[in-house]
Amino acid sequence: MNTVNSTATSGNASAPSALGTVANWITTTDHKKIGRLFVGASALWMLIIVGVGVALGIERIASDSAIFNSNSVTQLFAILRTGATFGVLLPLALGFGIAVVPTQVGSKSLSFVRLAMFGFYAWLIGSGLVIGSIIANGGPGGGNSQMVDLYLMGVGVGLVGVIAASVSLVTTVLTSRRTGLSLLEIPMFSWSVFVAAISIVLTLPVLLGSLIYVAVDHHYGRLVFGGNDGIDMWLGWGFSQPQTFLYVIPAIGLLAELAPVAARIRQPLRGAMLVGVGLVSTAMFGTVTQTSHMFVWGGTLSDKLKSAIPYAWFNLLPVLGVVIVILLSLLAIQKGKKRLIAPLVPTFLGVGMIVVGMAGNAVQMIDSAKLSGSVFEEAAVTYIAYGAMLCAWGAISYFGPALWGRKIPDSSVIGIGALGLFATVFAAFPYYLAKDQVASEVSDFDYSGPQAAFNTAVSLGHVLMLFCLLSAIAISIKSLSSGEIVNADVWSDQ
Amino acid sequence: MERSMSTATSRALPSGASPAPRSSILVATSAVAAAGTMLMFGMLAMWLKFRDASPLRESARGKMIHNWLPADIKIPEVATNTMAFTMVIACVMAQWAVYSTRRDDSSHATVALAITAVIGIAAINAQVAVYLQMEMGLTDGAYQTMFYAVTGTMLALLVTGVAFSVITMFRAVAGRLGDSSVMSAHALYWYFLTAVFIALWFVVYVQK
Repeated sequence: MNTVNSTATSGNASAPSALGTVANWITTTDHKKIGRLFVGASALWMLIIVGVGVALGIERIASDSAIFNSNSVTQLFAILRTGATFGVLLPLALGFGIAVVPTQVGSKSLSFVRLAMFGFYAWLIGSGLVIGSIIANGGPGGGNSQMVDLYLMGVGVGLVGVIAASVSLVTTVLTSRRTGLSLLEIPMFSWSVFVAAISIVLTLPVLLGSLIYVAVDHHYGRLVFGGNDGIDMWLGWGFSQPQTFLYVIPAIGLLAELAPVAARIRQPLRGAMLVGVGLVSTAMFGTVTQTSHMFVWGGTLSDKLKSAIPYAWFNLLPVLGVVIVILLSLLAIQKGKKRLIAPLVPTFLGVGMIVVGMAGNAVQMIDSAKLSGSVFEEAAVTYIAYGAMLCAWGAISYFGPALWGRKIPDSSVIGIGALGLFATVFAAFPYYLAKDQVASEVSDFDYSGPQAAFNTAVSLGHVLMLFCLLSAIAISIKSLSSGEIVNADVWSDQ
Repeated sequence: MERSMSTATSRALPSGASPAPRSSILVATSAVAAAGTMLMFGMLAMWLKFRDASPLRESARGKMIHNWLPADIKIPEVATNTMAFTMVIACVMAQWAVYSTRRDDSSHATVALAITAVIGIAAINAQVAVYLQMEMGLTDGAYQTMFYAVTGTMLALLVTGVAFSVITMFRAVAGRLGDSSVMSAHALYWYFLTAVFIALWFVVYVQK
């Protein structure tokens, strides 16, 4: 029986070449691809910071071990601090926002999509400069002044890119909603991305201004801002709490979106949920003052109030916002169908870890607790960063059907989510207990107590997280390229 | 049946007005203006912090002042005050461009935008003249370093404003006046530049 090669006669174009595919991605104006570029690049940063966490954890296990010299240790901690925020939290928030928000608000595309693409490339170039400069002993506290200049330039370029992408997101939500959709009716994830983008537009320029001062001074005279060692003092607020709270707002918004979807119910007290997400952004008022607002219980009543009010506003109010979101999510599940969808698991666990990190920061800001400068602060950052990574895993599994038309197996999503929870707890909780250990140091500890055990547990946690990350990347690539084909609204159909 | 249907049709409410189109360029420019405001105000806040932390000295008039502006440096106030007034005029020109656009008057819109661009260039020129007249080295001290950083940032923003004016002017020359939101965005950007410059002028050049 003769067969007809229909493809030969139908005139269909051949599959695009590899070069054509790469060129297509590099010059794309498809917001979904731009978002995926952000998320994919952040995955590389995740591997870096988790790998560095493993290395530093191993270095800290024994007081007499010396795998790295002191310069290298300084730079490794610089990579951790910079990478956790600049390399992981920011691109994750922007990437998922750019990929998903236009579709959620009913827009054909992102507003100023080329601005968002410029933002991605600026961030990518900045990331490359940062990594290269840190490798060459140029991070904060680094010994090579020219590489420190390169580090500052890299952070500056990256900040410009992040701000540009955030402007694009804000404009999309404000101007490109479909007719009849008011701002208060947009999906919770889009609302959270909108709030986060506004927070970024208002706070990161302040960091950029400080960076300009530090960069000019460092390059020309080093008279004012303390040279290489002063960079952390003047720019550190942009990479620590409460500024990091702003970067994880989309993760909290994702939980607010998933809970009513899982329960197949309209979110009860939706207005309160909007307020809860918005409360987290109040941290921006504290960050732009560029000072830490510690709670000092001393002096007159007026002194106590002067200390308590800003402490509560900038450190406790964001925690309240997250608690409101968690409680209202549980309310939705309680009132609706008690149904578990796979993305809800890592998202819920991730937000739980984030709130533990935020609560830890609130405790650390109490002066009498004497936790400043200890590994307690490192633990808070780890909770927040790893919690956001867990939420990103939930986001990939939830938005995967809409973005790729394919689904990641539920067992993989839940399994990696649960493993990620253990990894986060192991990597962070021991340092909540080891409060006497000095931060950013790997030796000269007092090992008479359980320090070695704490450090060993933290190392194991980072190793476990590295395993989770590699598994997640492998499963994502496999499932989203050749996995089960599903409808975009598969979570509602279940 | 037809009579009841026509009666029902005549009783139907008229359709509502279609929603006003949302201007993306205007919203984006507002966001950029907000970011730029935070950038400059953050830098001015640090400037004030360093100034307040500087030790006190006695001025020539016997008053105790912060030893921030070195005693041997004079700020060319004619140039700086002229810059301030000129920036305000740039706003008037930018608003004139909006006015002309709404009346489909491309020639006046083009003239207004050209004057705005020239004013921007004049402001840049005046700033360079201030640098030359003050005769300070960037590494001469803390004041000098921070002065060049904050005024240099303002200079960079002025350059972007001039670029915006030139691009909008070419659009007007090409007859693309139908979209008045671009003109409004241009005017908004110059309002933002003027506001932050006035703040910088007051803090750096007036209060010293």
